[in-house]
Amino acid sequence: MSPRAAARLAALGFTDVYDYVAGKADWGSAGLPLEGAEGSETRAGAFARPDVPRFEPREALQTVRRRVTGTGFDTCFVVDADGVVLGRLGRTALASDADVLVDEAMTEGPSTVRPSARLAEVVERMQRQNLSGLPVTTSDGRLVGLLTRADAERALARL
Amino acid sequence: MTTPITRDDVRRLMADESAQLVEVLPVAEYEDEHLPGAINLPLKEIGDRAPHLDTAKPVIVYCYDYT
Repeated sequence: MSPRAAARLAALGFTDVYDYVAGKADWGSAGLPLEGAEGSETRAGAFARPDVPRFEPREALQTVRRRVTGTGFDTCFVVDADGVVLGRLGRTALASDADVLVDEAMTEGPSTVRPSARLAEVVERMQRQNLSGLPVTTSDGRLVGLLTRADAERALARL
Repeated sequence: MTTPITRDDVRRLMADESAQLVEVLPVAEYEDEHLPGAINLPLKEIGDRAPHLDTAKPVIVYCYDYT
């Protein structure tokens, strides 16, 4: 639709017209704010916990176990230097006493949702797949935080 | 002549050149969500309402995605 709008404006005499072709879907999935009745404050990214523990892939699993203990989280994420999610350590991995590095113990490429995902859709997915939470990542893979199912259900009930 | 741009370009044009950001979707979709600073000029109303835009400043149009 925007190319047609741009063409109309050009025909009307506007000489400096740009077309952001990827539009608000791209904007929201990158974690940038959207305003309005169903803006960013109602979407998955607003309810993700940014303080979920995150570690580098070459750290020792046992060090990570100790550091996650007491944080209140039973999962953590493995990210690269840019914050891009590489993997996830769940309860089983965090209960292991194996002497390995994090990237040997992690589950690679976990499922994610975008910050602009609608809560109702995320909750439905969590319930259908029996998930306790989903990492929220931007369209370029950077970790925003963990959206727990409990937080998502609670937030949805208040919307 | 229309130039396709990315979101980084949008931010730069807004900050540096006071570009006018225009969502061309219907009003209900604009009211649901829109980029900060955007005005709503639905495609069907462009002919009538374009005079409200400043011809001296860049105009950025967008919709939901590539469709």
